[in-house]
Amino acid sequence: MLDFPRWKTIGISIILLLGILFTIPSFLPDRAFNQLPSFAQMKVNLGLDLAGGSHLLLEADLADLQKTQLGNMEKTVRTAMRGDHGADDDIAIGDLRRTATQVSFLVRDQAQLDEARERMFRETQGAAMTGQRDWNVGIVDTTRIVMTPTRAGQQQAVSRAMDTARDIIDRRVNALGTREPTIIREGDDRIVVQVPGLNDPQQLKDLIGKTAKLEFRMVDANADPAAAAAGQAPVGSEIVPYAAGEGNGAAFEVLRREVMINGEQLIDAQQSFDPQTSMPVVTIRFDSGGSATFARVTAQNVGKRFAMVLDGQVLSAPSINEPILGGSAQISGSFSVASANALAISLRSGALPVKMTVVEERTVSPELGADSIEKGVIAGIIATVSVLVLMLVVYGRFGVYANIALIFNVFLIIATMAAFNATLTLPGIAGFVLTIGAAVDANVLINERIREELKRGRRPFQAVELGYTEASRAIFDANVTNVIAAALMFWFGSGPIKGFAVVLTIGIVTSVFTAVTVTRMFAAHWLRAKRPAAIHL
Amino acid sequence: MRLLKLVPDDTNIDFLKWRKLASFMSFILVVVSIALVAVRGLNLGIDFVGGQSVHVEFTGDMPKIQDIREAVGKIGLGEATIQQFGSDKAVSIRTALPDGDKAAAEIAGQKLVDGIRKAFPTAHTGAVETVSGKVSEELLRTGAISLALAMLGISIYIWIRFEWQFGVGAMGRLFHEVALTFGFFAVTQIQFDLNSVAALLTIVGYSLNDTIVVYDRVRENLKKYRKMEIVPLLNLSINETLSRTVMTSVSVLMALAVLLIFGPDVIFGFTAAMLLGVFVGTYSSILMSTPVLVWLKVGPHSFVPRTADGGAERVARSDDGAVV
Repeated sequence: MLDFPRWKTIGISIILLLGILFTIPSFLPDRAFNQLPSFAQMKVNLGLDLAGGSHLLLEADLADLQKTQLGNMEKTVRTAMRGDHGADDDIAIGDLRRTATQVSFLVRDQAQLDEARERMFRETQGAAMTGQRDWNVGIVDTTRIVMTPTRAGQQQAVSRAMDTARDIIDRRVNALGTREPTIIREGDDRIVVQVPGLNDPQQLKDLIGKTAKLEFRMVDANADPAAAAAGQAPVGSEIVPYAAGEGNGAAFEVLRREVMINGEQLIDAQQSFDPQTSMPVVTIRFDSGGSATFARVTAQNVGKRFAMVLDGQVLSAPSINEPILGGSAQISGSFSVASANALAISLRSGALPVKMTVVEERTVSPELGADSIEKGVIAGIIATVSVLVLMLVVYGRFGVYANIALIFNVFLIIATMAAFNATLTLPGIAGFVLTIGAAVDANVLINERIREELKRGRRPFQAVELGYTEASRAIFDANVTNVIAAALMFWFGSGPIKGFAVVLTIGIVTSVFTAVTVTRMFAAHWLRAKRPAAIHL
Repeated sequence: MRLLKLVPDDTNIDFLKWRKLASFMSFILVVVSIALVAVRGLNLGIDFVGGQSVHVEFTGDMPKIQDIREAVGKIGLGEATIQQFGSDKAVSIRTALPDGDKAAAEIAGQKLVDGIRKAFPTAHTGAVETVSGKVSEELLRTGAISLALAMLGISIYIWIRFEWQFGVGAMGRLFHEVALTFGFFAVTQIQFDLNSVAALLTIVGYSLNDTIVVYDRVRENLKKYRKMEIVPLLNLSINETLSRTVMTSVSVLMALAVLLIFGPDVIFGFTAAMLLGVFVGTYSSILMSTPVLVWLKVGPHSFVPRTADGGAERVARSDDGAVV
């Protein structure tokens, strides 16, 4: 065991050298780092608790999603029953109804029931690979067709909505111009947003908290104000409340259910100022289809009013003074420049397919983070130095070997974290300090064993050899238990704790390498070169 | 150069003489800890009960805690928990989440920050955290699961690598350490949050580190001195590993003490819990992990290779009506 072949020495030296090389980029200033070739651009990321920034956990409102899903099915039913080939092709239906979990309708002519069911089958599909359909089409009471979303279909719908929501939030956050935001899906119905360096999360929340579903709808001029106040709207119309602070005292408008134009038809939205009032507004531009519709509808309705509805609330309801032909419009409301800008970004990035709420928020200011790093680094250095001194005074020469190994271990931990692009968090720093304290344990075990064997009267060579082999078993078992604890922290822990687990695991692996293999190399070379008659330990 | 020896050579202390006393003391401590947790309760952070917490630093003079409490009370988020941080001019302010209204919960953090800034112009908010009730319930559940799994997983590992008696010993010991750490949190009322769970898991991992070293030596000696009585054999094993136990504990305690004194305030509780855990761990690896082996009748036969005659022995014993 103590004859150390040359290739092994070279191999270990290369690993240690790489460890030092990989450590360097993490300590370079940003400018120098960016000039490195891309393969060398590896560094340890700082977690939000150290770099400062915002962490938001968003949860989708699944009830809202299902409502949208059922609403869409209602529309599908109408279109499908109308058919593709004119009036002959229509299937007369009645009593189209929506409950919390299903959509159902009556087929007036019994003879058309099979055809109606056939059409609804065509509108539904298999859900992913489950072999189930996304909707069940059933018949009750021989005349009513009932559409119920299946479990698989619902899951698929949620999954699709979440993917879209992630992309949209990604676009919105990127529009803020912050550096390196992280936006990932978590679990079935959640999205994690992390933006380093951001101190005020309110702006971020304004941006991603809005569904940004924009609709232009006509105001129902024939509605009876008294009935509307009592909560009753004419057929084909509904009561829509004003957004907080809008409406000049009016609480609601009665709007036609039909949507004239929606947010999907716009190609651009920008914050600008109203030329007359110089108040901040959002200027939007429609695509060609949207422009044509907008021109036609405004030409037909001069003198009437239309409403701009955002996320189910009226922002404003201006009168149409003349046909609006340019394909662009201004959304006015009581905006600040910031909120108008946020709305413009939200509209540009598209509407979220589902409403998202913030269920967890953590923001750390960059100053507090910098303070933590500084104190953490100081504590790390003092702890390392004290452990080095202790090892030296207790084990002499073998303590020096252990100390060299410990210093290499520090490099290797940082290098491994950089290579895996791992994130260092505040508990991670604590993990680092703990690892320094615990890393020498292997050397303590080995050195104590060598002492014992020497006391029993063994020759130096034999004592060192036995010290390493006999201690290795306990070192292995002890480290496995630590890895078990760290792995559980990684699986179950959130953000900062994951960071702690990562440092702990990397530290355990590298410390076994440095404390056992590297020190053995030193000891073997020394023993062979000097052939000491006795070891002072 | 003369080398320092933390433990003198060739100690021969009869540790197991105190096994009844030590076990009794530990039993009392565990009971007291559980009682403390039950009576005083843990100071659960927002990670586990939901709510919002703001870390505030004052650049000028620090206002009285009472004044801060009143100012926060006026914001209308209910009773605040105010805790002073390591440095003199920083506090953490915690309030409950407004219930029901989701939108209110979303802006509550902002409301708290704005209210504090208005009342105290010299206040600087360093960290703002909001956790909803649903998320905090999940965090509590996963925290408890991971702790239980860690204890179970490690015990099973030891059972596989050693024998079942050792697994039981490890489990009992882990329970002891975890209970005492909970007791520590109950006494000091240091905030118990996600970091504390990480500290507990670390204690669980670390404390087994020690046990394994002792158990490894017990196994070795059981094979070496097949005729020796179990009690002297355990004493021998503890004495042989004593200098290692002390040396490693001193180095870890030293590193943690440095972190406690010079490290960031935010992880003070985390470090304090680990420090206590390592300290208790050292005590129990010397006095607590071996008596179980006496009671569970570990002997040289525990490590007889499981060949044909090992199997025969087991069959013979079950014929006696003993549980195998």
